[in-house]
Amino acid sequence: MLEALLFLPLCAGLLMLAVGNAALCRGLLPLTGLAHAALSLLTAARVAHGETPTALGGLLAPDPLGALFLTLASLLFLAASIYALAYLREEESIEERTCIQDGRSFTNAPERRFTACLCFFLAAMSLVTTTPHLGALWVGIEATTLSSAPLIYFHRHQRSLEATWKYLIICSVGIALALLGNILLSVAFYAPAGGGGSEMPAGDMNQMGWFIQHAHTAAQPWLKAAFIFLLVGYGTKMGLAPLHNWLPDAHSQAPSLVSALLSGALLNCALLGILRGHQITLAAGLGGFSGGLLVFFGLLSLITAAIFIVGQGHYKRLLAYSSVEHMGILALGTGLGGLAAQGALLHAVCHSLTKCMLFLLAGNILARYHTFSSYDVRGLRWIMPVTGALWTAGFLAIAGSPPFGVFVSEFLILKGMLAGGSYGVAVVYLTTLAIIFVGMSVAVLRMVQGNRPADMPQNQREALLNVLPPLVLGLAVLTLGLCVPDWLWHFLQRGAALIGG
Amino acid sequence: MTTLLPTILFLLLLNNLVLLGMSRLRGLIRLTAFQGILLTALLLCLDHALLAGAVLLIKGLLLPGLLMRTRKGLHAATSLKPRLHRGLGILAGMAGLVFSLWLEARLLILPDLFPPLLLPTALTTLFCGLILVVGRTTALSQVIGYLVAENGIFLLGVPLMTAGAVWFELALLLDVFVAVFVMGIAIHHIGETFESIDVGRFRSLRD
Amino acid sequence: MNQGTVFYLIQLFLALILAPLLPGIINRVKARFAGRQGKPLLQTYYDLARLLRKGEVIGRTATWTFSAGPGVALAATLCALALLPLGGAPSPLGFGGDFLLAAYLLGMGRFALILAALDTGSSFEGMGASREAAFSALAEPVLFLVFLMLTSLSLDLVRHTGQSAELVAALSLSAMFGGQATEAWLAGRAELLLAPAVFFVLLLVENCRIPVDDPNTHLELTMIHEVMVLDHSGPNLAMIVYGAALKLWFFAALTAGLLTPPLPLWQQAGLCLLIILALAAAVGVVESVMARLRLTRIPHLLGGAAALASLALILTQVR
Repeated sequence: MLEALLFLPLCAGLLMLAVGNAALCRGLLPLTGLAHAALSLLTAARVAHGETPTALGGLLAPDPLGALFLTLASLLFLAASIYALAYLREEESIEERTCIQDGRSFTNAPERRFTACLCFFLAAMSLVTTTPHLGALWVGIEATTLSSAPLIYFHRHQRSLEATWKYLIICSVGIALALLGNILLSVAFYAPAGGGGSEMPAGDMNQMGWFIQHAHTAAQPWLKAAFIFLLVGYGTKMGLAPLHNWLPDAHSQAPSLVSALLSGALLNCALLGILRGHQITLAAGLGGFSGGLLVFFGLLSLITAAIFIVGQGHYKRLLAYSSVEHMGILALGTGLGGLAAQGALLHAVCHSLTKCMLFLLAGNILARYHTFSSYDVRGLRWIMPVTGALWTAGFLAIAGSPPFGVFVSEFLILKGMLAGGSYGVAVVYLTTLAIIFVGMSVAVLRMVQGNRPADMPQNQREALLNVLPPLVLGLAVLTLGLCVPDWLWHFLQRGAALIGG
Repeated sequence: MTTLLPTILFLLLLNNLVLLGMSRLRGLIRLTAFQGILLTALLLCLDHALLAGAVLLIKGLLLPGLLMRTRKGLHAATSLKPRLHRGLGILAGMAGLVFSLWLEARLLILPDLFPPLLLPTALTTLFCGLILVVGRTTALSQVIGYLVAENGIFLLGVPLMTAGAVWFELALLLDVFVAVFVMGIAIHHIGETFESIDVGRFRSLRD
Repeated sequence: MNQGTVFYLIQLFLALILAPLLPGIINRVKARFAGRQGKPLLQTYYDLARLLRKGEVIGRTATWTFSAGPGVALAATLCALALLPLGGAPSPLGFGGDFLLAAYLLGMGRFALILAALDTGSSFEGMGASREAAFSALAEPVLFLVFLMLTSLSLDLVRHTGQSAELVAALSLSAMFGGQATEAWLAGRAELLLAPAVFFVLLLVENCRIPVDDPNTHLELTMIHEVMVLDHSGPNLAMIVYGAALKLWFFAALTAGLLTPPLPLWQQAGLCLLIILALAAAVGVVESVMARLRLTRIPHLLGGAAALASLALILTQVR
């Protein structure tokens, strides 16, 4: 069953590439999403019951942490794939495409390549979230970069190309540094032959388990160095400041459903890479060191995001910087540990759902208004009533106001902070959140309010497929804000227990 | 064997510095190919025959071939003024070498894991790759820089290779190959869209 | 006199005799590459003999500096050559630190020639002199970098053998070029091979060969050395030509000294001699296959050589 998680999207992608007619691609995409979501929910349920499913000789063996991110990625993919149906149909109907910013005409990449890359992207994320082998994790994360780069370059114009190139080079080099971290980790656990230490048994895929079990024998300086490189490497991919440069560019230039996946699913996968390193340092008694680094980069990301969000006129970049902010919160929460770590996992869930919803809505707005500037979007609530309402709700959710899930998770993290006695961090945390709330509300309210623009076509209905996925995601976040189900909470606790929660 | 290993490592070091001093893309690509061949020789020295074959195939032949093809497909001028002066680049590479030697002298923890000079060579290769990525403005030389940095990391991992982990190294090689392949496609598009592969012109996306 | 000294004297004599052969070899190789018959091998000897028989023309503005220049230069080069161990026989004049003396003797010779060139009062010669000064100033640090590396190497060797009394003697040219370097690189220290490579580059620069300077032209505005000695004639020109040949021999001997392994005396000397002649042929090959560099590119060449030398220096410090 686990193999199917990996090979189902892979085969679907290959089939799309091979056959390549639009009907098949569009039919296969949501089907893959549906099947994958069902499989991953099943896997998560098994993991939640305390089983440890394994496949491919132990290469795939999800733990609660991985299963959580797997399910998230899978559900978001399902939402995005349903949205993609409407999106691709609309893209096909456009006669002449011109770049919004410089007015030059451009073409789209072939549709089958787009859908196939989406499937490959899902397969890579499945590998990342299910494997306990750090090398395979690395390969998976690099594979996510490579499969998502063509997605960003779906609209073939200069800006998206620029964003793609930055994404490719910055992330590839960053991930190469994470490989260095992997190697340093092996050095830390290196036991000279006959030196009394134990060697990792050849062919054992459960590298994480072995590392954690033998963490006390590791050479601490090498372990620290390894964590730093893992943090820098995967942190680049995750968008932690000051390594976040590629993120706003890529998120703003990619098609909206791709941005939704990048922000909601991919960043979590990169976070998982860092958390794996954190698990090992925790087991080696270096939790203070790695946690401190995570808190530092988390705060830095929060501050950076706050600076760039205020006065940001480009609403997709606004959302991208909001992702930087939330990744900072996640790093902060996991770094602090305890209750904050549990809150961080809940936050990961809520953020992914909300951000995915917001990016999909941004896609709707972009399709109708043909502008990226939040100054030029007026009267959203007249022109697109459903999207406008959801956009407002999504903004309230992402900015952390009740009754949405993000509020609960952010509050939990704050509680964890106060319980841990880190008052200074709490002050910075609250201040930046307040600034970001104000900064975002200005742009969002400006877009929703205002008079009905005269030059917009009237009474154009919104397609069901365009608003259904965001609506469902929004309802999910709302539910999480009202009550977190017990089974989910237990599951999160089991995941958080792995990272010191 | 014992005399061959230091010689190969030395040649790698020399190759790195020459890379930094090289301005023409054709020369850069040839030196990358040579680096792949040197890595192959190194692996043969350490008795990893299977992996050596794979490295020779991918890093010695396929990747340079790919880069060469990409370069030929470009109509734009392929030799551009680097962002960082080449002499400064070489100096930076030297500084990287000195730093990694200093680091090796400080880290006397695992004398039996790394053969002498392997750690500094690997780190210097990594540094040189990063200098190429940062210091050059042509997209192709950035890819070469990425490749060189990856070579350095690969080199660092060589002493840790065990028989059971060959699948991982092969997966890694495949990953790098696909990465360069995708980058090659991107460069092709850049060349067509911008009529130059100067990434210094990438200024439209900023806050 | 012991056997070593006799041997050294014989070799020095051979060097003095054979030095004018090197330009002949170079020219012959170049001619062969171009598909020509070429000048006779001994052409430099004929030239020297002819020049010595001729009278001399001295410009009206020139003073004694002009006439003294070539003589001083030749004497300085001779002294430097005398300090060099030839093929394993240590120089009886050698002392700790004599490489500094040798380097500055060459510098003094160049200085004398530059003064003589300036003394003519011709702007053309002044230009050549200024270029010669600039490039040799760039070449000197490279030379000393290599010497630094070689001294540290020979000091290491002395320390290993434990003869601390010979620490000072280890700083002499005779100790550095005794063949230990070759033994070391044959044992896998490939970075030591950089030293002869750098010396070869220095040979090209210091002796004004292609790719730095074209020794065959007097006509271009870009030439360096030849324009500087344009006003000399007769015996003075002969001294310059002979001095240039000796300098070529000096650098070739430096390069060869690092390539010859320690062997029994006669064999080592013979091998050294062969390598010197082969180097002359190599210079010919280089001149045939390479174009002259643009003047602004020459510092790059020297910078590259300096980078190689410092790489070798760094690596010798590590081992």
